[in-house]
Amino acid sequence: MSDFPHTPPRFSATFSPAINAEIRRAAASGIYDIRGAGTKRHLPHFDDLLFLGASISRYPLEGYREKCTTDVWLGTRFAKKPIHLDIPVTIAGMSFGSLSGPAKEALGRGASEAGTSTTTGDGGMTEEERGHSKTLVYQVLPSRYGMNPDDLRRADCIEIVVGQGAKPGGGGMLLGQKITDRVAKMRNLPKGIDQRSSSRHPDWTGPDDLEIKILEIREITDWEKPIYVKVGGARPYYDTALAVKAGADVVVLDGMQGGTAATQDVFIEHVGMPILACIPLAVQALQDLGMHRKVQLIVSGGIRTGADVAKAMAMGADAVAIGTAALIALGDNDPKLEAEYQKLGTTADAYDDWHEGKDPAGITTQNPELFNRFDPVLGGRRLKNYLKVMTLEAQTIARACGKNSLHNLEPEDLCALTIEAAAMAGIPIAGTKWIPGKTGF
Amino acid sequence: MQTFDLEAQGLRALNASLHALKGLTNQTAWEIINPKGSHAIAVGVDAPIEITVRGSTGYYCAGMNKQATIRVKGSAGPGVAENMMSGTVIVDGDASQYAGATGNGGLLVIKGNAASRCGISMKGIDIVVHGNIGHMSCFMAQSGNVVVLGDAGDALGDSLYEARLFVRGSVKSLGADCIEKEMRPEHLALLADLLKRGEADGKAKPEEFKRYGSARKLYNFNIDNASAY
Ligand SMILES: Cc1cc2nc3c(=O)[nH]c(=O)nc-3n(C[C@H](O)[C@H](O)[C@H](O)COP(=O)(O)O)c2cc1C
Repeated sequence: MSDFPHTPPRFSATFSPAINAEIRRAAASGIYDIRGAGTKRHLPHFDDLLFLGASISRYPLEGYREKCTTDVWLGTRFAKKPIHLDIPVTIAGMSFGSLSGPAKEALGRGASEAGTSTTTGDGGMTEEERGHSKTLVYQVLPSRYGMNPDDLRRADCIEIVVGQGAKPGGGGMLLGQKITDRVAKMRNLPKGIDQRSSSRHPDWTGPDDLEIKILEIREITDWEKPIYVKVGGARPYYDTALAVKAGADVVVLDGMQGGTAATQDVFIEHVGMPILACIPLAVQALQDLGMHRKVQLIVSGGIRTGADVAKAMAMGADAVAIGTAALIALGDNDPKLEAEYQKLGTTADAYDDWHEGKDPAGITTQNPELFNRFDPVLGGRRLKNYLKVMTLEAQTIARACGKNSLHNLEPEDLCALTIEAAAMAGIPIAGTKWIPGKTGF
Repeated sequence: MQTFDLEAQGLRALNASLHALKGLTNQTAWEIINPKGSHAIAVGVDAPIEITVRGSTGYYCAGMNKQATIRVKGSAGPGVAENMMSGTVIVDGDASQYAGATGNGGLLVIKGNAASRCGISMKGIDIVVHGNIGHMSCFMAQSGNVVVLGDAGDALGDSLYEARLFVRGSVKSLGADCIEKEMRPEHLALLADLLKRGEADGKAKPEEFKRYGSARKLYNFNIDNASAY
C-alpha cells in the first residue's frame, strides 16, 4: 500500500446510481417501469421565457381599475352551439378509472365554479362528472370504452383523441388492480385484468378518414357541438394542418411534459417534443391556412402558473389545459401525507405510482377506503381557488404589458433566456434580436 | 312509407328527420333512394323504425344505431353500424373494413363478405357474415358473438377478450391469445338462434362451425409472454 491519497469514488455520468438502479430493477422484475405523471427530466419550458412589461413606448393598464378580459369562445367554426368559458384554463381529459369518482366530481365542481370546462377520458362519462360540470368535453378515444350516442348528445363538446403528449403513438393501460366492478362494467371487460387501450382508432386511419369520422359525429349530434381534435406533440405543424383540413373546430396540442395516468417511463421520457417547441409550429400552421383564432388552439403539458398561461397565450394559444396541476390542487402529493408516502416507498411531490391505485390522497384510486377520504366539495373549492389565482396572475402580466385581454398578448411581449428556448419558441434572446434558425447572428 | 331522396334533399335533412322521430312511432317505414355511396347515412337513429337504403353506402352507415332496423340494398363502406347499441342492420352486399367496430349491442348481418377488421373492439354486438371476413377481424373483441359462414383471414381474434367467434370455413391464422375451443350444447343453441336471426338458417347448420375464444393468457402482463404482444 502506498501512502499516496486514493482517488475518491467517482460516479459515472453515464452509469449514474439512478440508471444503475433501473437496470437492476429491470433485471429483477422483467417488466418496464410504468408510472403516472409527466416527464421528470429538465426541458426547455415556459420558465425560459420572460415578459418585457411596459415602458415609455408601451404603457400599462391600471392594475385594479382597467379591464383585462379572460373569456374565450371555443368552437366558432362549425358548431351551432360554440362554448363560452370565463377563463382560458380548462381541465384536461383524465379517465374515470385512473381517477376516482369523487376526484372527477371535484374537478367538475371546481371548474364550474371557476367558469371553465372539464373533460372525460378513457372509460367513458360518469354521472359525477356530467352532474357537476357545467361544460363537459366528451372524449372519443381509440378504445371507445363506454362510448354511446346518448353521452355524445349530453356532452357540450366532443374531443377526438389522436394522441397525448406523454405518449404520442402509444395506447393506454389501466392495470388490473384498478379494474373494479364499476370500471369493468363501464368498459365491458372482465374485472381485475390489465386493460389495454389501443393506440389507433378502430374505424379510421389517416386524415381523409378522420374527416369522414368528424362528419359522422357532427351528423349524430346535429352539428351542435364543437369538435376538438387532440394530438400529442410529435409533428404539430402537420397535425394541426390536417386536423383543420379534417374539419376540427378546436385543436388540442399536448406537449411531452403532459401527464398520464399510466405509461411506460421510457415513453414518457423519450418520445415527443416539449410544448415550447410545439406551439409556434401549430400557430404557424393555423396562420398559413388563414385559420388562426378561427380554429382555436388549446395547449397543455406542464402548465402550472398564470405566467405559463400568459406565455402560452402570447405565443398564440387561445386557451390552455391542465391535468397534473389540477390533481395537485385537489391534494395529490401533499407533504401532509408524508408518512403514507413513506410506507409506499416514496415521498410527497415524487409520488407517481398512480397506476397502482394506492393513492393516499384518494385521487388516483378505485379503492373506496382511499377515495372516501377525499372530500369532493373541499377539493372543488381548492381547484376553484387555484384556477382563479392562475387567472389573476395571467391578468396581472397582461395588464403590465398594456393588454386589455389575455388574447392580446403577443410574441413581442416576450424574450427568451436560453438559446434552446429562443430557437424552440421563436422568441429572441433577451437583449438581442436573435432567434436561432430564423434571424442572422 | 316515407321516401327520402338523398341526392335531392341532402344528408343533413335526412339525419335531422330521422333524429326527430325519437319517441315517436307513427312513421315506421322509411326508404332512402339515391344514396350513391354517401357517408354517414342514417347515423345516430334512436327509434324503432324500418329504414331501407336502396343502393350502396359510404362510410359509417347506421353508425351508433339504436332500435332501428336498417337494410342496405347494396354494399356498405367502412365502419357500417360502428358502435351500434341496439336494433338490426342488414347489408345485402359486401361490407368494407371495420364492420360493426366497437358495437355494443344489436345485430349486424352481412350477406356478402366483410373486409378486414370486422368486429374490431366489439363490446356486445352480434355479427353474422354469410361470406368471408378479412384479416385482423375481431381484434381486441371484448364481448358479443361473430358467426362466419365462410372463411376468416389472418390473425383472427388477436388479443381477444371475451367475444365468441364461430367460423364454418377455414381460418388462415389465429391471432395472439386466440384458440379453438370446445363447442358445447349452449353454443350450438346460441348459433342456431344467431343463424336464424341472421337470415342464414337455410344455409348452414350449427354443427358445421368451430368455436374460437380467448386463451386469457394475456389478461395480466407476464414477461414470458412478451413475444406474443
Ligand atoms: C391521471 C391522468 C389521466 C389522464 N387520462 C387521459 C385520458 O384519458 N385521455 C387523454 O386524452 N389524456 C389523458 N391524460 C392527459 C391529459 O389530458 C393532459 O393531456 C395532460 O395531463 C396535460 O399535461 P399536464 O398534466 O402537465 O397538465 C391524463 C393525464 C393524467 C394526469
